[in-house]
Amino acid sequence: MAETAIVEHEVHHPALQHHFENLEQQREAGTLGMWVFLVTEMMFFGGMFMAYTLYRYKYGLAFASASNHLSWKLGAFNTAVLIISSFTMAFAVYNAQIGKQRRLIVSLAITILLGLTFLGVKAVEYHDKYEDHLIPGRLFPGNPFNPSTIHLLPGASAQNTEIFYWLYFAMTGMHALHMVIGVGLLSVILFFSVRGRYGPEYHNPVEVSGLYWHFVDLIWIFLFPLLYLLGRHMEHGG
Amino acid sequence: MRAIEAFEPPLPSKVNYINAQYGLKSWLLTKDHKRIALLYLGSVTLFFFFGGIYAMLIRIELLTPRGDFLSSATYNKVFTQHGILMIFFFLIPAIPATLGNFLVPMMIGAKDLAFPRINLLSWYIYLVGGTITIYALLAGGVDTGWTFYAPYSTTFSNSYVVLTGVGIFISGFSSILTGLNFIVTIHTMRAPGMTWFRLPLFIWSHYATSLIMILGTPVIAITILLLAFERLAHIGIFDPAIGGDPVLFQHLFWFYSHPAVYIMILPGMGVVSELIANFSRKNIFGYKFVAFSSLAIAIFGFLVWGHHMFVSGQSVYAGMIFSFLSFAVAIPSAVKVFNWTATLYKGSISYDTPMLYALGFIGLFLIGGMTGLFLASIAIDVHVTDTYFVVAHFHYIMVGGTLLAYLGGLHYWWPKISGRMYPEGWARFAALVVFVGFNLTFLPQFVAGYLGMPRRYHAYPPEFQVFNVLSSAGASILGTGTLIPLVYLIWSMRYGRHAEANPWNLPGLEWRTQSPPPTENFIVSPVVTWEAYEFASPDEMEVVGTRHAARFEDAEAPAGGD
Repeated sequence: MAETAIVEHEVHHPALQHHFENLEQQREAGTLGMWVFLVTEMMFFGGMFMAYTLYRYKYGLAFASASNHLSWKLGAFNTAVLIISSFTMAFAVYNAQIGKQRRLIVSLAITILLGLTFLGVKAVEYHDKYEDHLIPGRLFPGNPFNPSTIHLLPGASAQNTEIFYWLYFAMTGMHALHMVIGVGLLSVILFFSVRGRYGPEYHNPVEVSGLYWHFVDLIWIFLFPLLYLLGRHMEHGG
Repeated sequence: MRAIEAFEPPLPSKVNYINAQYGLKSWLLTKDHKRIALLYLGSVTLFFFFGGIYAMLIRIELLTPRGDFLSSATYNKVFTQHGILMIFFFLIPAIPATLGNFLVPMMIGAKDLAFPRINLLSWYIYLVGGTITIYALLAGGVDTGWTFYAPYSTTFSNSYVVLTGVGIFISGFSSILTGLNFIVTIHTMRAPGMTWFRLPLFIWSHYATSLIMILGTPVIAITILLLAFERLAHIGIFDPAIGGDPVLFQHLFWFYSHPAVYIMILPGMGVVSELIANFSRKNIFGYKFVAFSSLAIAIFGFLVWGHHMFVSGQSVYAGMIFSFLSFAVAIPSAVKVFNWTATLYKGSISYDTPMLYALGFIGLFLIGGMTGLFLASIAIDVHVTDTYFVVAHFHYIMVGGTLLAYLGGLHYWWPKISGRMYPEGWARFAALVVFVGFNLTFLPQFVAGYLGMPRRYHAYPPEFQVFNVLSSAGASILGTGTLIPLVYLIWSMRYGRHAEANPWNLPGLEWRTQSPPPTENFIVSPVVTWEAYEFASPDEMEVVGTRHAARFEDAEAPAGGD
């Protein structure tokens, strides 16, 4: 690996695409491209955050009641998992930059494992909701096929809790989909890292995937309090 | 002269991007932005004529007051499909994905867009989305109007809403990827010396368009996705049965779909800025104003969506603010029109076909824009909501604006794209036919609409017949007018006169390489030392032009044949 690195330095790097003048321009383009893509992602989630804001404002009590049925412990655990994974991701990028192959590979692998852990916990949570009939539709409490009632705060309407769960599944589902894509992306990066493609000269793919990974984490940082925490204190205090 | 000497095109070679490689595979797997532009050109044209067929069906039905040609249910599908095809599959990609794709790298002196693979991917995504949509239309169609308003679309409509929605959802990503590619390319790939304020205005307008594409399109994507889930699951966040708000759908829809109007018109404005400056042989009047007005339109464009919802039951105060902001967006638009007009003043104007389209654009955009102010006034809008006044207004912008700019740009850059000249006489004739046909189609609709003829009805009171007959007559002329260029442009690809490198004697970078350009665009990487629209005196330009032409003919001579 050390040999190829020297040769690459002399002629031109094999990763340099023909339409770029140099690696620096290619790196800039790649990074800006990812930032622009993340802006589109922000707008994509933005539509759902908009809907959440509107309905939270309209049906605050129903949302607080519905929120109480989520397990904040699992949510908090997942939040911790993602924050740690962001750290290991940043560590991977750093090691790619300074050319520490082993550390790069290990921290990428840990990041992937943490991502899978998150998805596993999410699956458990979804399963719990399924067991509790909290998936919007005919089996939702109060609907014709399920006469049972959902525990409500005084003044909340059972009907509107269904909107909360719709948004819960739409938002966390879309987030989970992004996690799946992220794990796939990092697996590709891991594959090429093992083959020794990245080093101080050329590590933009690692950096750019890192940006994506941090962004997906960041979405969760907003989802966790909005869906799990807001209004939780009212369970006891009224 | 300095500017011209700074980058002298070397002897043109016989190899260009079209004949560099042969075979279907070399086109379907190409990463060359120019070839992808041609792929887009073909598919966009196909969708245009597909949408045109539906337009003709509408106009045939409306010839008589009674609904005798199509049933009301079929008519609903026909106008919906006309709208969907024309908006999502023609107007939005028309200029950016064809002319923009071809010219953005050339105008800034780059070898390609920043992400060639993503560029090709965007074309495939567009095709997949288009195919799904066409399949949905043929399988049974969709009747919600192109706006998909909930709860009709989620609950009551008995047509292929989800499938069409999926088609539009998918094709939206092609638009996002195009916008992303343009923004990154314009930021990072400019040739040495190509500063921001040396960029042609075409680039500025495409930059502004790209901003809207990346900020707006994801919102319609998620909205359509939520709509589709809601229709499939029979429950969702727009569903009034559980306290959902259908007006939220309208807000989310128009948050994209109003800026989408600017996705359609801004590239057209960019084309017209080029045409007006270059065919007046004058630097554009107030370059920075025109450049920044594009950005201003993009920004203001995001703040005015509520003017589509004056009668939706949104808050009166919101309506007033949206009305005010809609008036405000007229300012940057007017800046452009005034600056184009000022550019014409004392210019040495030549009335070649592209210029005819550009001048037509200014007139029609003016009418479309001014009637837009009528519609931005709440009181008048309430009176003419859902009448043909609105239909006429937006067709003046979309057809009178975007289509004319697209055709003008296509003729203007045709020598560069195909390496052949189009037949000038036929082209001028077609431009005239399009202009006359267009006005005959849509001017009467202003009157009919103002008198109260509602849109989206297949039958109407007999007193409106005269306007509808005029309109249908105009539509057939307009339709013919768009067919003529289709025929002679295809003809010219084989039989047209060979184009010189710079047939219009212009300073832009795209004219400083051979026609058609080589795959890498420029044989020698250009260094820019001149300002945009820096015309040498007519004599000097003439000399340079003829010299290039002479050299080009020398190089051509051995080939012979035509």
